[in-house]
Amino acid sequence: MNLYMLKTFNITVLFIVMFSNAFYGQNTVACKASLSGTVTDYHNKTILEKATIVVLELNKTTYSDSTGKFQLNEICPGSYTVSVAHPECNTVTVDVTIDGPTSLDLTLEHHLEELDEVKVIGQAAREKTNTASEQRLNTTVLESYSTATLGEALRELPGVSSLNTGAAITKPIIHGLSGSRILVLNDGVRMQDMEWGDEHAPNIDINSNGSVSVVKGAAALQYGGDAIGGTIVLEPQRIFPKDTLYGKTLLNGVSNGRGGSMTTEITKIYDNGWFFKPQVSYKRLGDQETPDYVLSNTGVQEIGASIHVGKNLFTWGWDARYSYYDAEIAILRASHIGSTDDLNRAINNGEPEVIRPFTYDLLNPRQKVTHHLGKLRFYKRFEGLGKLTLQYDFQQNRRLEFDVRRGDNDDRASIDLELTTHTFNGDFKWDSKPNFQLQTGLLARYQENFPNPNTGVRRLIPDYERFDAGLFLLGEYRYNNFTFEGGIRFDFMRIDAQKFYRITRWENEGYDEEFSDLIIDAQDSQFLVNPVFDYHTVSGTVGARWETLNSGTLKANYALAQRAPNPSELFSDGLHHSAARIELGDLRIDKETSHKISVSYQRNFRSWGFTIEPYANFVQDFILIEPTDVEFTIRGSFPVWEYRQTDVRLLGFDLSVYTDWAKNWSTNHTFSFIKGRDISLEIPLINVPPVSFNNSVTFNKPEWNDFEVSLESQYVFRQNETPDDIEVFSPQDQADIVLQVNTAPPAYHLMGLRSKLEFPLGNKTILTTSLRVNNLLNTSYRDYLNRLRYFADDLGRNFILQLKLSY
Amino acid sequence: MKYLSIFAVLGLLLVSCSDDDDAPDSINEEETITTMTVTLVPGGGGNTVTLVTRDDDGDGPNAPVVTVSGSLAENTIYAGTVVLLNEMENPAELVNEEIEGEADEHQFFFVTSAGFNANIAYADDESDYVSAETNENFTSTNPVGIDFTLTTSDASTGTLTVTLRHEPKKPNDGTLNDAGGETDIAETFDLVIE
Repeated sequence: MNLYMLKTFNITVLFIVMFSNAFYGQNTVACKASLSGTVTDYHNKTILEKATIVVLELNKTTYSDSTGKFQLNEICPGSYTVSVAHPECNTVTVDVTIDGPTSLDLTLEHHLEELDEVKVIGQAAREKTNTASEQRLNTTVLESYSTATLGEALRELPGVSSLNTGAAITKPIIHGLSGSRILVLNDGVRMQDMEWGDEHAPNIDINSNGSVSVVKGAAALQYGGDAIGGTIVLEPQRIFPKDTLYGKTLLNGVSNGRGGSMTTEITKIYDNGWFFKPQVSYKRLGDQETPDYVLSNTGVQEIGASIHVGKNLFTWGWDARYSYYDAEIAILRASHIGSTDDLNRAINNGEPEVIRPFTYDLLNPRQKVTHHLGKLRFYKRFEGLGKLTLQYDFQQNRRLEFDVRRGDNDDRASIDLELTTHTFNGDFKWDSKPNFQLQTGLLARYQENFPNPNTGVRRLIPDYERFDAGLFLLGEYRYNNFTFEGGIRFDFMRIDAQKFYRITRWENEGYDEEFSDLIIDAQDSQFLVNPVFDYHTVSGTVGARWETLNSGTLKANYALAQRAPNPSELFSDGLHHSAARIELGDLRIDKETSHKISVSYQRNFRSWGFTIEPYANFVQDFILIEPTDVEFTIRGSFPVWEYRQTDVRLLGFDLSVYTDWAKNWSTNHTFSFIKGRDISLEIPLINVPPVSFNNSVTFNKPEWNDFEVSLESQYVFRQNETPDDIEVFSPQDQADIVLQVNTAPPAYHLMGLRSKLEFPLGNKTILTTSLRVNNLLNTSYRDYLNRLRYFADDLGRNFILQLKLSY
Repeated sequence: MKYLSIFAVLGLLLVSCSDDDDAPDSINEEETITTMTVTLVPGGGGNTVTLVTRDDDGDGPNAPVVTVSGSLAENTIYAGTVVLLNEMENPAELVNEEIEGEADEHQFFFVTSAGFNANIAYADDESDYVSAETNENFTSTNPVGIDFTLTTSDASTGTLTVTLRHEPKKPNDGTLNDAGGETDIAETFDLVIE
């Protein structure tokens, strides 16, 4: 094994050496970065024509055209101060780091009267890809979800929904795909937090980052090759090397759960590039409630802390970050069941069997996860060449799941997994040429999973070691209004596991024919088996982008991605209590191959705009889990769910429209449509998000302390294409019954209200108060993608009051 | 160039950093109930009837093996006792002790099929057992079902389904639907009264 890795590394090192030799001696002019963007009015988003944009240090000036756009080329990469001026507005200045094609959208307060204050909203953002469907949530939006989860915040984006286990555990779904098919990048670190579990939410403190970008599809090859669903990129706010001290504190009070949260962070930056940023969050909620009853045992406690330190200069820099995340989540007591009879009773009852008075206690069943993340990153720019980045990160994820157990075992976890990961990656970007950019990178990862036998419960996931290595190359070419991008990526994964199989199960699965050479020991009617599997995957993307003459953008992208199976798909073996089913992985499972074509067309007019993004995703050998059989144990009968590989087709489109039809008023509309089908068997695909239609109308009056209020409507259609329900034998009824596990709940409509007020307290300190009401009409509803929908309704009305102090 | 060699060296270090694990320990589930034995002793002499369900492989694919030792006599009152074992442990663990220690959180339900001429009544209640938490007898008197009576009348055939619920609603009206809770055991025995 060592020899193989050595060979791979030698080859890739050689590859890099060859590449750098090819480019090293070139005499290119370094100043080919550019700054472009749009200037609009802060309040009504109208285009501001003939605004003057000046890069002060370079004394370069340009003007915004009739569509509000401006462009400044031939800028030497560096940090600059950009000033924007317009008649009837105050001049504003923004600090920007320009190191390539940088986009900067500026908004100015456009008033005829005098203003006492000037506000600048400028966001300098690099897009992660040029041609794929991509959207972003900025800091302001993330802050409004400060007391919620990342999955909930992402639902604002069309095409993104979430797979929930109750309200506290939300897993993002992008274009119908979730779990191991989605890559979550947390400040440059790929999260290794057992994302293969349906009831495992990303272990991220939503308050630890400044913005979130979602790439819907596998085009962002620089982060991974297996992100068939997409990539979620979380980034902190950018650090500009200027002597500053700023911070913010958010306090949230939540009525549904009778609790709240607090988060606070401070950033100190010095002129010499040194910065220091500590951040801490705490959240505590008791039992949550539906409109009619308490959801017993749904409290939550979450602790997050991070510290970020480094030296960020333009030509080189380093940063180190440590973050700690600890969450204890109580799981609805009524969802913990014994057999299919219990599940059938729950589905037919309409109300949870266990409803106790409100409490803050976190009792069993519950989850407790702790995640440590440490990162060390170094970068250096080479003049006339590009930028080198090297990063090492370490993650340790410990997950405990407590069941309702008999006797003394109540304090003993039933699942105790510890996942330790070391990752090393490096990449080099050649961005010195004006119209051509190339990026190449290398990844090496080692991971170890330790399931603690002290649980006294047979391991759900076995001991394993995993090695990953990856190599990618991405290129970008600009010509007039066109950008072309393409990339290719190779990955290698080896998993080396040691797993116990009951001999009866081993023979039942037919493993004795193919895999008997993997058996290394036999104890207590179990075989100890050592599967060692290698997977080679290749991913690629090609796309184009066209900035049309009438202020539109057309993007088209094709992405090929392959994903190796995850440990759950290979090794699952046992009874899942909360799901009342036996889940069986399969050692024979091989990689998935996905082809996705996505097109995006965006157009902005004077007082409205739209984006339409249709997509088609074909996945061969898609790994899915479905009921196949029934087995009997002393508890009764259980459906057996087994993993199967099939061909799947997902077709859909996302549409969003915004309007600014009057001063102070604006509206927003999004519509997401997706249909998923198992085309091998010609049956619908399970867990495809239903069609949803969201609308909001906002009133904004800056003169009244920047008062803003919006009314939101969310309509979720019934998912009418689901796989059939299954038939099981019921010992209680002494007959076969239809277990309605796949019947979708009815459509529902929720209203929401948001409002905010700002109070400047002098000296750069601003107090923002906001009130948010979710499920304003206290509607009873159940969502198809909530795994606890069999047991109880979803949340009732929730008042969230937030105080934000920024200084 | 020196960066590349540092990178390569680091890469190699990472690869060689894999320590060989010792083989993991096998786990035998301690909470599994593998065997339930229901013993029916006729009042006034006669053949004891034993109903056994045994699932050797826990959540493995083999179904439980269900046996009934013989048929029941007409018009007889049987004293029934339930014994639960975990035979994956050696020696076999008597699970009854745990059930008795948490008697207020457990209840056995006995349901006969229509036309089967047998009536079941509970012969114990929670106060018969010592709470594992307080080390004193429970004060509540809800039925548990480790001891019960089965009274037969005329000859007939049918089934008896024995269900153990964990954390049912107590008190309840004696039906599975009202009691709720989680099913720990559910087994059906074919019985004959002759």
